[in-house]
Amino acid sequence: MKLKWWKILCIVFLLITFTAGFLIPVPIIGNLHQSIRNFFFHVPMWFGQMGLLTLSLAYSIAYLRTQNLKHDIYASEFAKTGIIFGILGLATGSIWAKYTWGEFWSNDPKQIAAAIAVLIYLAYIVLRSSMTDMDKRARVSSVYNIFAYFIYIPLIMILPRLVQSLHPGGMEGAKGGGNPALGGDSLDATMRMIFWPAVFGWLLLGIWISSLKIRLSLLANKNLIHE
Amino acid sequence: MNKLFLKRLCIAILLFLLTPLARAQSATSNIDETMRSHDKIYVVMTVCIVILVVFFLYLIRIDNKVSKKEKSA
Repeated sequence: MKLKWWKILCIVFLLITFTAGFLIPVPIIGNLHQSIRNFFFHVPMWFGQMGLLTLSLAYSIAYLRTQNLKHDIYASEFAKTGIIFGILGLATGSIWAKYTWGEFWSNDPKQIAAAIAVLIYLAYIVLRSSMTDMDKRARVSSVYNIFAYFIYIPLIMILPRLVQSLHPGGMEGAKGGGNPALGGDSLDATMRMIFWPAVFGWLLLGIWISSLKIRLSLLANKNLIHE
Repeated sequence: MNKLFLKRLCIAILLFLLTPLARAQSATSNIDETMRSHDKIYVVMTVCIVILVVFFLYLIRIDNKVSKKEKSA
């Protein structure tokens, strides 16, 4: 058995995250206390999800350029893993919110926008399964995927920053004071050193899971795909 | 001797070699002390690592199965 280098890297990065993430001393900011360690788990998962959905977008564009069904399979599997990451991100986010903002769901702009973003991608899956014609499905869903990506980015990155939000990164003066942003100066160097391996660890894990599903799907549709 | 037998033999020998380690630890209760320090955060860490490692082993297993299927197809 031989593992590819990036799979070994994935394992190493995530093991680093799960050990150092619990062990290193962390700065105590606001009411976060030790829950700031979620920064090594919740946040990098969202980063990983963004990476997966960007890959999905790239393959959708590649499909529209080449009309090769292989690219459509890639795009759909990356999007599906991205949805799983998104649901996990929402769930972990609301657990964290319960103990820092007071409620699992406080209708915060960030929470609502992230939920809508996940729903838009769920619609992508529904759209795919509603069509039986392979080529038609690939073309329509590729176009939809491109649309979904360019509404997803404003929803999770731009809109929550324009309004008052409990989530770090929101406009100043959020209700209840909110938390200081977890960016810029409030992160010390050791936290960054764990954060970036975590981002790539989660991203590689997502790619690994998607790649398995892609390979199975390619096997199942072997007769339809021409190199 | 086939490959599988050799593999199993290696694992068995490895496990045998590990047994004194386990006994030595329970005698001095080193692991116990570590796990109880720092408000038992190490317990949480160990649980998370066990989950992670098992998922990785599972993932590697699925990966191998897919590879086998690809080869036979």
